[in-house]
Amino acid sequence: MKTGPVKGQEITIRGIVYDGMGAAMRDALVEIWQADATGLFPSAGEKRGKADPNFTGWGRSPGDMNTGEFTFETVKPGQVPFVDGRLQAPHVSFWIVARGINIGLQTRMYFADEADANAVDPVLTRIEHQSRVSTLLAHPEGDGTYRFDIHLQGPQETIFFDI
Amino acid sequence: MTDARDTGFIPRDRAWHPAPYHPPYKTSVKRSPQAALLSMPSTLGEETGPVFGHAMLGELDNDLIHNFAQPGESAIGPRIVVYGRVLDETGRAVPNTLVEFWQANAGGRYRHKKEGYLAPLDPNFGGCGRTITGEDGFYEFRTVQPGPYPWPNGMNDWRPAHIHFSIFGSGFAQRLITQMYFEGDPLIPLCPIVGTLKDPRAVEALTAPLDMNRTIPAAIWERR
Ligand SMILES: [Fe+2]
Repeated sequence: MKTGPVKGQEITIRGIVYDGMGAAMRDALVEIWQADATGLFPSAGEKRGKADPNFTGWGRSPGDMNTGEFTFETVKPGQVPFVDGRLQAPHVSFWIVARGINIGLQTRMYFADEADANAVDPVLTRIEHQSRVSTLLAHPEGDGTYRFDIHLQGPQETIFFDI
Repeated sequence: MTDARDTGFIPRDRAWHPAPYHPPYKTSVKRSPQAALLSMPSTLGEETGPVFGHAMLGELDNDLIHNFAQPGESAIGPRIVVYGRVLDETGRAVPNTLVEFWQANAGGRYRHKKEGYLAPLDPNFGGCGRTITGEDGFYEFRTVQPGPYPWPNGMNDWRPAHIHFSIFGSGFAQRLITQMYFEGDPLIPLCPIVGTLKDPRAVEALTAPLDMNRTIPAAIWERR
């Protein structure tokens, strides 16, 4: 996702996709899309300014053959406005496919260490069962690594979006 | 989904797309979310997506007959041309978008999958390719017709011959994987994965008809 020196905080995102039996899925393919460190997208549809030229915004990880863990080397995204102009908390869009996932699953990863921004995020605050917000939070593990595990079913089932 | 900038994307028609939970497709039982999806309006992050330029494409990326073959050799199997257009939900062309495709060889065997099927690998067939749509949303590639293959689900389930497709669209919320089938294949209605589609017209939309007008006369194939 980085093609040269990038602006902002460089981070690593790691996680595992779990099925309804709690088993790590080794055949899941995960893709992410996100803004650069200043909140701009490196895309034709970005009309607000020019994103970091050394950042693609997009990543694909097939997961580790043995553990299923996906890894992305990226930057912490900046804030992007919601449809009404309010700023959203920093987040990364996820898309997950695998055998048995008949239609790709869309979710978002937020950062547990952005509590103030998360508390007023226009998407997180519209979630009916606020106890489920935690399923969208990635937790810092030190060294700039954030862990974001995805659960397809069960008490920790990740929130998936209909967009 | 359209990309009308003022109103955002139209949500996917979930009755048209495959059902996530479909017990005859056993793997879907423990891999389908149980809670309702959370509806949200599309924002810039959903309406924008990655840019892939024609510069990244190799000369043979859209020619699976040759893109894995030794010099002077080619893949085994009936040679076919697959073409079509990428359109959004309102029928407008989606230009300059990356389309990826992968498939089994003519015997029904994948190169990249750990699988037990005894059909042989073709040393000249990799099974993967990609292209980028033109201004009118058009794409085209050459390949060999894939074979059907058995898979562990029921005691004797066979996948109809198919080609996997990955499409990006203009925004990340449009990200899609799908499969193309071949007109007249008797395995289509028997397949539990095809059965995830509840509307027969959706199956029809994934089934490519033979178009004799776009076939390539033998003499021209010979020259490649
Ligand atoms: Fe397949």
